[in-house]
Amino acid sequence: MIVELGHFCVVIACLLAFLQVVLPSIGLKQNNAQLMASASSLAYGVFVFTLLGFLALIHAFVTDDFSVGYVASHSNTRLPLQFKVSALWSAHEGSFLLWTLVMSIWTMMVARFSAPLTTDMRARVLICLAALGFGFYLFLLLTSNPFERALPFYPAEGADLNPLLQDFGLIVHPPLLYMGYVGLSVPFAFAIASLWGNTLDVSWARWSRPWTNLAWAFLTMGITLGSWWAYYELGWGGWWFWDAVENASFVPWLIATALIHSLAATEKRGVFKSWTVLLAIFGFSFSLLGAFLVRSGVLTSVHAFAVDPERGAAILMFLVPVIGGSLLLYGARAWDLRSRVTFKRSGRESFILGNNVLLTVSAAVVLLGTLYPLGYEALTGGDKISIGPPYFNAVFVPLMLALMALMILSHRSRWWATDRSLLTAGQGVFTVIAAVAAIGVSVVMGPIKLWIIGVAWLAFMILLNLGYELHRRVRLKSNPFSRLFNQPLAVYAMVLGHAGIAVTALGIVTTVMLSEEADLFMAPGDRAEVGAYDVQFYGTNNIEGPNYVADRGRVEVSRAGEVIATLFPEKRRYLASQSIMTEADIHVRSLGDIYVALGEPLENGAWAVRVHIKPLVRFIWFGGILIALGGVLSIFDRRYRAPVARSSRQASPAPSREAVHG
Amino acid sequence: MRGRWVLAGCLFWVLSAPSLGAIEAQAFPDETIKARYYDLIASLRCPQCLNTNLAGSDAMIAQNLRATVLRLLVEGKSDAEVEQFMFERYGDFILYEPRWTAKTWLLWLGPLGLALVGLSVWWSMGASSRKTRHGLSESDRANLKQLMDR
Amino acid sequence: MAKQSVLIPAFVFAGIVVLLWFGFQLSDPHLLPSQKLNDPVPDFELPSLTAVGETLNAADLTGEISLLNVWATWCPSCIAEHGELTRIFETTGLRIIGVNYNDDSDAARAWLKRWGDPYAFHIVDERGTLAIDLGVYGAPETFVVDAGGIIRYRHVGVVTQKVFEETFAPLIQNLKDAS
Repeated sequence: MIVELGHFCVVIACLLAFLQVVLPSIGLKQNNAQLMASASSLAYGVFVFTLLGFLALIHAFVTDDFSVGYVASHSNTRLPLQFKVSALWSAHEGSFLLWTLVMSIWTMMVARFSAPLTTDMRARVLICLAALGFGFYLFLLLTSNPFERALPFYPAEGADLNPLLQDFGLIVHPPLLYMGYVGLSVPFAFAIASLWGNTLDVSWARWSRPWTNLAWAFLTMGITLGSWWAYYELGWGGWWFWDAVENASFVPWLIATALIHSLAATEKRGVFKSWTVLLAIFGFSFSLLGAFLVRSGVLTSVHAFAVDPERGAAILMFLVPVIGGSLLLYGARAWDLRSRVTFKRSGRESFILGNNVLLTVSAAVVLLGTLYPLGYEALTGGDKISIGPPYFNAVFVPLMLALMALMILSHRSRWWATDRSLLTAGQGVFTVIAAVAAIGVSVVMGPIKLWIIGVAWLAFMILLNLGYELHRRVRLKSNPFSRLFNQPLAVYAMVLGHAGIAVTALGIVTTVMLSEEADLFMAPGDRAEVGAYDVQFYGTNNIEGPNYVADRGRVEVSRAGEVIATLFPEKRRYLASQSIMTEADIHVRSLGDIYVALGEPLENGAWAVRVHIKPLVRFIWFGGILIALGGVLSIFDRRYRAPVARSSRQASPAPSREAVHG
Repeated sequence: MRGRWVLAGCLFWVLSAPSLGAIEAQAFPDETIKARYYDLIASLRCPQCLNTNLAGSDAMIAQNLRATVLRLLVEGKSDAEVEQFMFERYGDFILYEPRWTAKTWLLWLGPLGLALVGLSVWWSMGASSRKTRHGLSESDRANLKQLMDR
Repeated sequence: MAKQSVLIPAFVFAGIVVLLWFGFQLSDPHLLPSQKLNDPVPDFELPSLTAVGETLNAADLTGEISLLNVWATWCPSCIAEHGELTRIFETTGLRIIGVNYNDDSDAARAWLKRWGDPYAFHIVDERGTLAIDLGVYGAPETFVVDAGGIIRYRHVGVVTQKVFEETFAPLIQNLKDAS
């Protein structure tokens, strides 16, 4: 009964979303403020009913209601409670329900925090969001209904959640990633609403910025967590494979990163208007394209959904009007947006343009590599080609190095033009310090590698220049006590974000260059040497988990005769599905991870044991967290709090010396 | 067949069970061969799997191919010869690094072309600004004239 | 920059849609085209499963049109396919040659005893070397080899009656007509 009510609630949410499109549209036409304002109250209604539907499905999972087909195929009575809840979004139908819930949350937040906008603009933004939501509800209800009952014959026991997903990662990764994916619909809606109302002035950029930063922060966090999850859960030791599904989240991230920068330039200086609008459209379009392609099964990926060819047609029917319509609207309006504001090649606008060029090219390159096999098959009549990490690394890494080099100087740039002396002051000293530090890192971490020295040098140059800029800003303030705290939060946000990039780059290059891997044949008592470490295996014993049994190995890792860690990798057999899972155990140290996984049991209690040494691998995700924190911090900047309503705000024509970048 | 690859997902990382870390103890004659072996099995794709390299697959064919890679290396074949061996049997699909052919040049030159276009956009926008800084552009002049004539 | 340039993104997107539309029509992403079409069966020197002590080589595959069927006892769909292979042999008399792939020979002989043996002979490919030379990536797979020992067709997965009658039979008829 509760499941039917839940289903009914989602139907109501769908109808409310429809009303949220129609009523304010009529309001716009008749210039009726009350009808226009109905968009916000309807947004709350949509959220409440989606939430009720969502809770009903959670209830079905928690109470093991296997008469619901979706629950029966993804849960089990023995599944621990937290996984029963997260099993809801472990497959297509339920995860799409989560997607609609996230959509309704963003729409509601926009309704809540957009009061200072003009009535017209507010109505248009909410209409755009509601129209997207309406499409999602239709897709959910017509093609992917998770509430469907498998009556009259339903199983007494559920098929269980895939053991790979019985993990903390499943609990947090999809919600965060979806907050990012769907959050990009907000700048998208702002852009479309402005194109539609022909009100593309600078206030549009100002309004979009906090939303974009927040969505981008979620996306960053989602991707970071996904990478970390793959690393520890797959017994594989990798953290990124350029898989189609990974790329599907990475392309929107690259575009969104370009967007947050170009929005800054558009807001401050009124430049790149049409380009920024296009990026806002691209950002959400790619997040839609990516998320839906994965669901259609058209891209071959390890992370595949169950494939349903009919779903493909439904997906295209949704994507074509949304993305195609937006791009046509852009085509009709964008020509008039050409900005007349100028800048010099040394100006901050120029650095932001460089950032945008590099990020957009990177996104295009990743997209090219991801879609090329499809085109190849089409044009050759069935031949297959694989495009994998060697290709992506070869084309992507140079672009990122160029971006880091650009970043070094960008911190000192000023709007419109920057004095050469300002860009170069102290750089000679910094170059030497960074080089010494980079060589130091390489020496400490192991055999000297030129790649590590080079990337570490870039990373240190970024950090030093960030420090320099911060110091310069503080020096200019008169009160020494408040000077550090009086900086706009946006400055700290930028510092965190850019420092995060440096940290991640350092982690990536060190892990890639210096990782050690060994698959060992080990009988109980055997010792082996891996890199600088000694590994001793003490055999396995049997243990019982809530819904699995396992062989648990004991492995001691020592360095220079001293035991530094005892690890307990497991080989689990899940009872419901009888699937075997490798549960690696990882010892985390400041300079890197020691990662041990059990392979196959061999004769006489011996096992194949995999040992990875992963230097600085944590830096990759730590940097990601810093970047995301920067994004979150930026939205608390004073300038975005209780902003005053102004229908239009002209960009200050004079380059302001203290203008904030980021 | 396809239906069996059901796995969850959302998400971007949801994986198919059979492709979990293949851990097997191989005996290597020396460290160079070991390093080359790991590099090769990382850059060759398991022909049966969705998107996994030989290193990451437990499929029967992946085990056989790993053993074949090691055998060929021990026989003294070069990396290129091993790749050629695999290509002759499994085609372009098995190579994660696409070969340079008449059908892949766009793949390799595309990024270069995009980067050049990007660079020229960046350059030209800076340059045009300098012009307008020191004098009015043609269109500005036209606009100005229009305004004055009103 | 021409005024039409703002429409470029829309055109690019249209291109992507066409590509995706094509992608949705694709049959099966797991199907790999064979690299060995119109090549002779690669040379090998492997024992026979049933005639213990004898070795077989590529020359044993020539002389008449044959089906070369890769099977194993660990492959459940091979059992499903076995009935159809038996039917093909009984109705057409076509020579069917087995490649017992990555298998235990004793288990394989027991399997044949239980399910019957429509094959002319079986090649024991214990370590998968012949299979790899053939570009096999799973079991079952079935090749059509002409009288000259040239590979003319490869089918991945179970040969059903439908597959045989719609694909194999016309192909074999063509090969017969050509010779």
